[in-house]
Amino acid sequence: MLSEKETVKIDISDLSLFYGKKQALNNISMRIPEKRVTAFIGPSGCGKSTLLRSINRMNDLIDGVSISGKVVLDNVNIYDNGINIVNLRKRIGMVFQKSNPFPKSIYDNVAYGPRINGVKNKAELDEIVENSLQGGALWDEVKDRLDSSALSLSGGQQQRLCIARAIAVNPEILLMDEPCSALDPISTDKIEDLIIQLKEKYSIIIVTHNMQQAGRVSDYTAFFYIGELIEYDKTRKIFTDPNVKQTEDYITGRFG
Amino acid sequence: MSEQKQEKSEVKPGEFSTASLSLTTKERRFGERAIELGIYTVSSLSIIFIFLIFAFVLREASPIIGYTLSGEQTEKSAELTPEELTRAKEIVGEDYPILTHNSEITVSALIHDKWEPNSTYPRYGIWPIVLGTLKSTFVALFFAIPLSIFAALYTAFFAPLRLREFIKPVIELLAGFPSVVIGFFCLITIATFAQDLFGYEFRLNSVVGGFGLSLAVIPIIYTLSEDALRSVPGSLNEAALALGATKWQAAYQVMLPAATPGIFAAILLGLGRAFGETMIALMAMGNAPIPSWDVFDPARTFASTIGAEMGEVVFGSSHYQVLFFLGVVLFVFSFSINFLTEFYIKNKLIKKFRGNE
Repeated sequence: MLSEKETVKIDISDLSLFYGKKQALNNISMRIPEKRVTAFIGPSGCGKSTLLRSINRMNDLIDGVSISGKVVLDNVNIYDNGINIVNLRKRIGMVFQKSNPFPKSIYDNVAYGPRINGVKNKAELDEIVENSLQGGALWDEVKDRLDSSALSLSGGQQQRLCIARAIAVNPEILLMDEPCSALDPISTDKIEDLIIQLKEKYSIIIVTHNMQQAGRVSDYTAFFYIGELIEYDKTRKIFTDPNVKQTEDYITGRFG
Repeated sequence: MSEQKQEKSEVKPGEFSTASLSLTTKERRFGERAIELGIYTVSSLSIIFIFLIFAFVLREASPIIGYTLSGEQTEKSAELTPEELTRAKEIVGEDYPILTHNSEITVSALIHDKWEPNSTYPRYGIWPIVLGTLKSTFVALFFAIPLSIFAALYTAFFAPLRLREFIKPVIELLAGFPSVVIGFFCLITIATFAQDLFGYEFRLNSVVGGFGLSLAVIPIIYTLSEDALRSVPGSLNEAALALGATKWQAAYQVMLPAATPGIFAAILLGLGRAFGETMIALMAMGNAPIPSWDVFDPARTFASTIGAEMGEVVFGSSHYQVLFFLGVVLFVFSFSINFLTEFYIKNKLIKKFRGNE
């Protein structure tokens, strides 16, 4: 349950999603706070990534998906007819499980978002690239080789580049789909620190398999199981005194 | 086999264990050896055939290359009587080498702009043929590259699944079209249509022929480009879309550049096909060796020259050698294109676009 003090950024109500005939989300209702980190946890196939991808309508890319219910962002239901999906996605950044930098230079990766938004001025772009790379805690490592290929970076650097690329368009919300699952502990550590810094400016939703990670970085945690939202509360509450037995079993490692 | 049987018989039912298999007994697998050898032979054969064809073409053209390298005199003018020589000079002109049908020819005697292999004093200038080949290849690629790459972009990223499963096989079917049918179609239909439309002088020319060649080239460039585009990880598309790119921006700015090495290879293979295609060039291009840069003039290519003249050439004559020399040029060109595709692209472009992995 969301604390009264929080501002609601995203209001999800009765969201159900089907892949063909298979139901992946069942009547999810939850309110996601602004400028906080919200973690989605749960065993594989519980629908947490699907829910995340529903927030920027990435599920639209998959054939045979049908969705009912509402996802309200600033008083607009993003599933209404006539929603401008391109603008929606510009307002919601996304970082994927596997880092996916474009096969371009580091600079062009970060500048991609601003450029498709019409920023042409070189000085302005330079500034955005520098700020975003600093925001992604990567600037010091790459400032001397902005023109080299993004694919020459290490896995952890690539993922931070993807974060920098996502924040370069200055989104309000940052969706992170298991951003550390393919990274070593040191890179993971860096990205977790980064997430905590970033919540000053962005509302962050992070999907994670790693319970400790959810505990470390998030303010709120939602536990999902087979397409249902089982429990959603402050992270401390979920981890120390969950209301539902299933949540406790999962967190203590009895299943999942 | 007998050993295996023995081993098996020693094992009692329910007591089978791999521990009883000897590790020191020499493996016997004649069946597998035979299969391996068979596969090896078959795959070597194709290489051997290519090599043999090249060796044959090279051997038939070798007098020209030999005379060129040894620097002997260009023409066997000595065979002609003084009267004949005077008359020959009147006919052929001062600017061209005087040859007969069994002259020894060097490459330098081939570099001028008159292709008249059947005259009494033949002239074998390959310049019109070089121009014709360049023009028709250029026109073919001019039509084929944009059409096939846009078609590939469409089917790879925009078309609904069902439509894609229809379009791709249909375009690939075009690759199986006999080129004589395409040539015939261009000769009869396209030529008249295009002349009515543009009103130029010659009905058959390198635009009509080049268009026909593009029909043969499009399926090659299309299908390889489509494969290249679809082999770019979909996660890049997702990343671009999640940043707020439109479908077109994602396809054009992210996926297309990432697929560039593959598309470049596709274009080069298409180029090789356009260069070497015979029947379409023969039928739809007017087949006149005119040394002109104008694409609306009739033209003839290396391949169509060989196709048209090899059938009635005197075996072993200078004309025969020149035709084989054209074959060598064709072969070397196609081979270098494939070589370039294989090595330049794999080494350079992939590094450039995919990073120094």
